[in-house]
Amino acid sequence: MRGFLKHRLFWPLVILVALLALNLFFTDNFFKVQMKEGHLYGSLIDIVRFGAPLILVSLGMTLVIATSGIDLSVGSVVAIAGALACLRISDLSDQKSVSGVLGAVGLALVLSVVLGAWNGFLVAGIGIQPIIATLILMVAGRGLAQLITDGQITTVNSSPYKLIGGGYWLTLPFGIIIVAVVLALTAFLTRRLALGLLIESVGGNAEASRLAGISARGVLITVYAFCGLCAGIAGLMISSNVSSADGNNAGLWIELDAILAVVIGGTSLAGGRFSLSGTVLGALIIQTLTTTIYSIGVPPETTLLFKALVVTVVCLIQSPAFRAKVFQRRMRPVEARPATEEKVRVSA
Amino acid sequence: MAAPAPILRMSGIGKQFPGVKALDGVDFRLLPGEVHALMGENGAGKSTLIKVLTGVYDIDAGEIELEGRRVVFHSPLAAQQAGISTVYQEVNLCTNLSVAENIFIGREPRRFGRIQWQKMRRRAAEILARLELDLDVSAPLSSYSLAIQQMVAIARAVDIDAKVLILDEPTSSLDAGEVAQLFRVMRRLKEEGIAILFVSHFLDQVYEISDRMTILRNGKLVGEYLTSELSQVELVGKMIGRELADLEKLEGRPPAREAAPLVEAVELGRSGAIEPFTLTIHEGEVVGLAGLLGSGRTEVARLLFGADHAGTGTLQIGGEQVSLRTPRAAVSRKLAFCSENRRAEGLVPDLTVRENLILALQAARGWTRPIPRRKQDELVDKYIAALNIRPANPDQLIRNLSGGNQQKVLLARWLILEPRLLILDEPTRGIDVGAKAEIQRLVAELSDGGMAVLFISAELEEVLRLSHKVGVLRDRKLVAQIDNDERLTTDSLTETIASGARS
Repeated sequence: MRGFLKHRLFWPLVILVALLALNLFFTDNFFKVQMKEGHLYGSLIDIVRFGAPLILVSLGMTLVIATSGIDLSVGSVVAIAGALACLRISDLSDQKSVSGVLGAVGLALVLSVVLGAWNGFLVAGIGIQPIIATLILMVAGRGLAQLITDGQITTVNSSPYKLIGGGYWLTLPFGIIIVAVVLALTAFLTRRLALGLLIESVGGNAEASRLAGISARGVLITVYAFCGLCAGIAGLMISSNVSSADGNNAGLWIELDAILAVVIGGTSLAGGRFSLSGTVLGALIIQTLTTTIYSIGVPPETTLLFKALVVTVVCLIQSPAFRAKVFQRRMRPVEARPATEEKVRVSA
Repeated sequence: MAAPAPILRMSGIGKQFPGVKALDGVDFRLLPGEVHALMGENGAGKSTLIKVLTGVYDIDAGEIELEGRRVVFHSPLAAQQAGISTVYQEVNLCTNLSVAENIFIGREPRRFGRIQWQKMRRRAAEILARLELDLDVSAPLSSYSLAIQQMVAIARAVDIDAKVLILDEPTSSLDAGEVAQLFRVMRRLKEEGIAILFVSHFLDQVYEISDRMTILRNGKLVGEYLTSELSQVELVGKMIGRELADLEKLEGRPPAREAAPLVEAVELGRSGAIEPFTLTIHEGEVVGLAGLLGSGRTEVARLLFGADHAGTGTLQIGGEQVSLRTPRAAVSRKLAFCSENRRAEGLVPDLTVRENLILALQAARGWTRPIPRRKQDELVDKYIAALNIRPANPDQLIRNLSGGNQQKVLLARWLILEPRLLILDEPTRGIDVGAKAEIQRLVAELSDGGMAVLFISAELEEVLRLSHKVGVLRDRKLVAQIDNDERLTTDSLTETIASGARS
């Protein structure tokens, strides 16, 4: 029990459960999952389904942050991937052609990887600070997305494409399956193979890693390219769900939610140790919060404020230093007094 | 000539840190208009004494008198206001500001709250002219060399009405011409009656500029001497402290002469770090590098390992001409380098003992070929046992281990790779006696097994005990290579370090 309490994912889990429980008071049958027409339905399923793009982006972001970097450009990559895929599909003579859609999706993903690798090149090859290097693509990428779509919202009518973000497979929303596959792949690359160790080593002490013979440049470019890929998949999901590409708004501010998810999940912004399961929890907390805001009927003009307040509380609860302070005050009010008296005397 | 009254007198200074007596009853005095060198090996207490004097630390015992009045400084600012200015090794200036701004930062001439730029520039130029420097005071400081930056720092220090100027290793990153320029400035200040406390590891410079010197060893005062009356050999002897206890050579050390040369460096050098040197290391040979701190020991190691790029010369490994552009290239040729700077260049503090141990091996294999868990356990258990690493828990975070055990983990990191040449830079610094002996024994065993070792240490006894051959460095130059036979003693080695030539 004690080990369970001390586990680093204990508090994120508590927060998630608390948020879910809150919904119970406002939504009937919140926890009910039913089978309808061979598909699973329910609020819980919806949270994972709508949270899928954020989980994907956060996974890539986790690895980048573990190298003590950051990637601000993921939102733009989301927009570009969606825009390119929709453009290619809308040019197809038969939009329902599976091979045509696969080609478009493949092209969009390749571009995403290239954009990610570009970030990695700027950071590792040229030595620009990550926040600046990725800021370039964050700003330029929006422009690129609009260039691709000619500044219009490109709509498509393609059932194979719709599957990615809005379809079902094996009773589950297809997006959830994609997330599961990417998560498994990431876990495999980092924990089964040795990529995770090298990432944590570079993030923990770059110079020591270099002297130990690690090619930090290779690791960094790989990680940024992977982050681009994750953002690309998320972009396809978002645009597929609404069957259109909006260069302006697709994936807007998703980089901030992703960073938040990573931090809530217990990965330090200073780099080093990272936790994939923590990040998934963090992304689910953010998505649950969004759902909760709708279900308990927070007025639209105050949703952002409400979200900010909850996030503040979440971060405070997450902080061991804060918890120690609060608990100490509650548990030892008597012993605490002499210390304050002493302080007064000194200042006087 | 009658000695003038000292401007500064410190008597019976004691300073205690947890577990260490950093200073113990040290007396020190400074006369006006002299350059006084403070000498001592690493950890002798030089910096502690300076920090006590400048108010960085409080003193535990003794007293400080400035111009005959007893003073107690609780902060560097208080010391500065009393007329004690310090210029540290790392220049504490803002290179993005102009020269004039740097000189007057925090005390700009103002009128009605507005900075008088004209006046500031004029005054700055005057101050610099006093030091015989002709600079464009409105140019950013970064446009000048490090030596000039240092002198701007000195200009700033003396303008704050300094009576005592402390220069802590001011020459460590300067070339010969820049040093001469700095010395000109120092002589000029001396003529003005300022007392200069000078710390440097370069003996020649100390002898060129200083009038007197005070020697510390292990936090205790050895003595105060006139520079002209103390030879370099005597000085080094007093700094290191003669421990003429018989050096038992480790038994059965076969000479490694007949073996094939493994690493041959010819005129390898890097400007500003180490002058071109020629060094051959044979298989199974232990080559020791001796020399004072900053003499270029580490620089030799870094060039051989590819941690820095060589500017000149060639390097052959196993008879093959190579150019090591990265440590990775060196590792693939079975070279290993254990840095002296454990924290910055060795440990990854957030990782476990296991992960730190296998890091180099994993890096060599690449991330697509992970080391199987069972193999990891085998290796980790083997080296934890072989090197007696404590606690023997591979999943402990390495930052929770003691210094000696951290060092052993880093050693093991390289031993796993079974390198042909192992470069050890101060492997025994800051670790306890037991661990030290274990590491020494290990080095001897490895070399008997055919591994070549480049062993760098400030402790001459250690170098003598382990090495087949000793390279002596002095002022960033490899000045001698001596076979370690019966005739080589710490005394003769000390002499070589001091004089730069085999006697």
